Amino acid sequence: MNVNYIASLITVVVLFLIAYVGTQVVGLQVLFGIVIPYLALVVFLAGFIARVLNWARSPVPFRIPTTCGQQKSLPWIPSATVDNPSTTGGVIARMAVEILLFRSLFRNTKARLKGGERLSYEWEKWLWLAALIFHYAFFTVIVRHFRFFLEPVPAPLKWLQSVDGFLQIGLPGVLISGFALLAAVIFLFLRRVFIPQVRYISLASDYFPLFLIMGIAVSGIFMRYITKVDVVSVKALTMGLITFKPVLPETVGGLFYGHFFLVSVLLAYFPFSKLMHLGGIFMSPTRNLANTSREIRHINPWNYPVKVHTYEEYEDEFREKMVEAGLPVEKEPATGTSQEKE
Amino acid sequence: MADDLLKPHELIANIKPRPPQTGWMDTPVKIRKGMYCYASNPKSVAALGFPNAREWNPLDEDWKLPPNWKEIVFEGMRERLDRFRTFKVFMDICVRCGACADKCHFFIGSGDPKNMPVLRAELLRSVYRRDFTTAGKLFGRLAGAREMTLDVLKEWWYYYFQCTECRRCSVFCPYGIDTAEITIMAREIFNLLGLNIDWIATPVANCYRTGNHLGIQPHAYKDMIDFFVDDIEDITGVRLNPHLNKKGADILFITPSGDVFADPGTYTAMGYLMLFHFLQEKYGLEVTWSTYASEGGNFGFFTSHETMKRLNAKMYAEAKRLGVKWILGGECGHMWRVIHQYMDTMNGPADFLEEPVSPITGTKFENAKSTKMVHITEFTADLIRHGKLDLDPSRNDHLVLTYHDSCNPSRGMGLLEEPRYVIKSVCNHFYEMPPNTIREQTFCCGSGAGLNAGENMELRMIGGFPRANAVKYVHETHGVNMLACICAIDRAALPTLMEYWVPEVNVTGVHELVANALNLPGQQERTTDLRGEPLPGMEADDE
Repeated sequence: MNVNYIASLITVVVLFLIAYVGTQVVGLQVLFGIVIPYLALVVFLAGFIARVLNWARSPVPFRIPTTCGQQKSLPWIPSATVDNPSTTGGVIARMAVEILLFRSLFRNTKARLKGGERLSYEWEKWLWLAALIFHYAFFTVIVRHFRFFLEPVPAPLKWLQSVDGFLQIGLPGVLISGFALLAAVIFLFLRRVFIPQVRYISLASDYFPLFLIMGIAVSGIFMRYITKVDVVSVKALTMGLITFKPVLPETVGGLFYGHFFLVSVLLAYFPFSKLMHLGGIFMSPTRNLANTSREIRHINPWNYPVKVHTYEEYEDEFREKMVEAGLPVEKEPATGTSQEKE
Repeated sequence: MADDLLKPHELIANIKPRPPQTGWMDTPVKIRKGMYCYASNPKSVAALGFPNAREWNPLDEDWKLPPNWKEIVFEGMRERLDRFRTFKVFMDICVRCGACADKCHFFIGSGDPKNMPVLRAELLRSVYRRDFTTAGKLFGRLAGAREMTLDVLKEWWYYYFQCTECRRCSVFCPYGIDTAEITIMAREIFNLLGLNIDWIATPVANCYRTGNHLGIQPHAYKDMIDFFVDDIEDITGVRLNPHLNKKGADILFITPSGDVFADPGTYTAMGYLMLFHFLQEKYGLEVTWSTYASEGGNFGFFTSHETMKRLNAKMYAEAKRLGVKWILGGECGHMWRVIHQYMDTMNGPADFLEEPVSPITGTKFENAKSTKMVHITEFTADLIRHGKLDLDPSRNDHLVLTYHDSCNPSRGMGLLEEPRYVIKSVCNHFYEMPPNTIREQTFCCGSGAGLNAGENMELRMIGGFPRANAVKYVHETHGVNMLACICAIDRAALPTLMEYWVPEVNVTGVHELVANALNLPGQQERTTDLRGEPLPGMEADDE
C-alpha cells in the first residue's frame, strides 16, 4: 500500500461524490453546472498563460541543444538534419517529431545485466506506445466533445466520430478513443505501481491526474453505454454555457455532474501541475534551438563583465622565467637589460 | 588504485536491484568513502574570491556554513530561475516517466535510486516546489515538496558530485530535460556556500594564475614540449621546431594541459607537434602554442558560469595578442562543449579574428565562422580528405581499435564522423562498440565534470562500468586492444578504468594514431610507434 496512490484515488472518488451528492441531494446544480465550470476554465486559461509567460520571462542565455546526431561541418559529411538541426526548418522538424511522435521516448531501451556481467540494452517501446495512445486518444476524445459546444456540428467532427467508431459494434456505436484512453491510463498507472524504480519516484501528484483522467473516462463511458445519458439535455446545458445563457435541464443526472466536475478539476489543476509539460515541451532549450552555436553568435542578455587574469599580469609574474626559457615577452625584464620602463 | 577497492565482480554484485523500503525523502544521505571527492582547499577557493574559504570535511557533522546559508540557497535559486529558462522549465515539466532512469551510468553501476537522473533532479525540485510553487506550498509532500535542511544540502552535495554532466539522460527525455543543466545550477549554489570539491577548485585556481589546470609555469611548459621534441627525434630522426607564444603565426593552437603532462595524453601531444611540423614543412603553415592560453579544458564550467567565463577569456585574449587568424582546438571533451555552446556568447564577439579557412585545402569552416575556433579532427579530416597528408596506416597495424565518443562533443556538438574518418584513414583495424553505447548514446568514462580524483575511485569504477562493459564486448569479439578517444579527461580516466575492467585494452588519442601513420619529410625508417613499441615486422630488429 502506498499513501501516494491511495490518497490520490480517495481524492478522486471523493471529488466525484461531492458533485454527485451536491447535485442530487443538496441541489447545487448551479454551482457544479455553471459556476465551477466557468471558474475552472478561467483558472485554466489564465494559469496556463501565466505559466508560459513566466517561463518566457527567463531568457535563454546560451544555445545549448542536446545534439543527437552528426553536426553540420564539412560539406562531404552528411549531417543529421532533424536530430541535430542546423536550420530553422530542421528545428521545426525536430520539434514536430518530438511533439507528434515522441521521438526521444522512442529511443527508450531497458538496461539489463545478463549472466551477471554483460550489460545489454533491450527493446522497450511499451512506454512510448502507451504514451502515444494515451495522448492521441485523449486528444480525439477532447475534439469529439466539441460537438457539445457547436451547433450545427461541423462536418469534420462527424467524420472524426465515424472514424473513431469504425468498428461499428453495439448501439450506441463503440468509440475506440474512450476505451483506448482508459486502457492507456490503466497501463501507465500499473507501470507506476509495478516497476519498483518508477514506483519509487512517483509522487501523489503523479497518481492524481491518472485517477482523475480514469474517473473522467469511466464516468463518460458509463454515461454513453450504460446509463445512456440524455444527450439532448446535456447539449442544452453545454450550449448554454458556451453562449453565456446557461440553462440547467432537469433530466441531466448526477453521473454527468460528477463527470463534469472531474473535468473542471482537471482544468483548474492543470496549470499548477506537471501537466504543464504540454506547454513546456515547446520551450525546452535543449530541443528548440538549432546547433549553430559556432556559426551564429547567440546573445546572452545578462552577459556581464568579469574579472580575468590578463596576459600582462601573467607575464609580470613569470617574466624572468620566460626570458630564461627563451620564450618571447612583451616587456623585457627591468634588470639585466638597459631598456627603460615606459 | 586504492587498495581497499572492491574487485570488479564484487562491485557488480553490489548493484542494488531494488530501491530501499523507505521513501527517498525518508532515506537520509550517507556520505560514503570512495564515493565522494575531498573538500576544496581554502587557498584555492580564496584565489578566485569565492565566499566561505575555510577548512572543512564532508564527513564532519558541521560543514562550517555561513549562518544565513538557507537564505543564500534560496536567493541563489531565485536568481538562477530568473536567468535560465532551462532551469525554470526543467523544474516544472518533468512527469517522472522514468525513461531516464537506466540511462545514467552511475545508476546502472550502482542501482542507487538517487542516481536516476529523475530523482537526482527531484532532490532539488522538491525544495523548489516548496519555496517557489503554489502547489508545493499548499500540499507539501503530496505535491513532492520538502523543506530545505542541512541533510538535504548534504544529499544535494553528495549526488550532484555523482553526476558527470554527460547529458545522456537528456537524449532520452521526451522533454529534453538536461540533468547537466540542473547539476550546473546546484554546483553554482554550492560555490555560494564554499562547498566545492578540491579536484575542481584547485585546477580552477591554477588555471586562473598559470593558464592551465596543472599549474605548469611557462618555462616548465616549454621544457615539456622540448622533451617531446627529443623523443620525436629519437623515433623519427626529425628535429622539430615548434612555436610557443609566437606573434604573427597563422593559427593559435589550444589543447588541455593534461596532454603535455601525463601518459597517454603526451603521445597525443606529440602527435599534434608532428602534424604541425609536417604542415609547416610541406605547406608553410605556422601554428603556435601558448603558455598563457595553455589550457583548453575549463573546470570553471564545473564551478559556475562566471568562473567558466573568467577562465575561458584567455583564449580570445591570447589570439588577439598574438595576431593569429583563427584558433585551432585540440582533443578535449568539456572544452569543446564550452567552446561550441558558450564561448562566443560569453567571451565574444571575436571580430579581431578571421573566419576560419584551411590555408592548405581552402576549405571554409562555415560551422565555425562566428566563434572562429575549429576542432582539430574537423581540420585533420579535411586535410586527409584532400589528400594533403602522407600517411602509412600500416604503422598502426599492431592496434585493433574501437572509438569512445566523448560525452560533450557527441551530445553538445555532434562531432561524430570527423574523428571516425580520421581513425579509419590512419588505421586498418577498427570496430565499433554496440550502437546503444556510442555516438549520441555514448557512455561517460565515469570521471568527467571534475570527478577524476583518486579518493572517489569506487564511484569512478561504478560510473565507468557501462563504458568498460562495451569495450570488453569488442575486446572479446574482435580482439580490440586500443580504445581511441578525443578527450583529455578520457585519456586520464580510461586507462584506470580499463586496468580495472578490461586490462588488455589501452587508451590513445586520435592524433597519436595520426602521427604514427604520418610520414615526416626526411624521416629515418620508423621502427617503433610513438610509445616506443616495436612496429609490426620490426620486432626482430630489436634483437
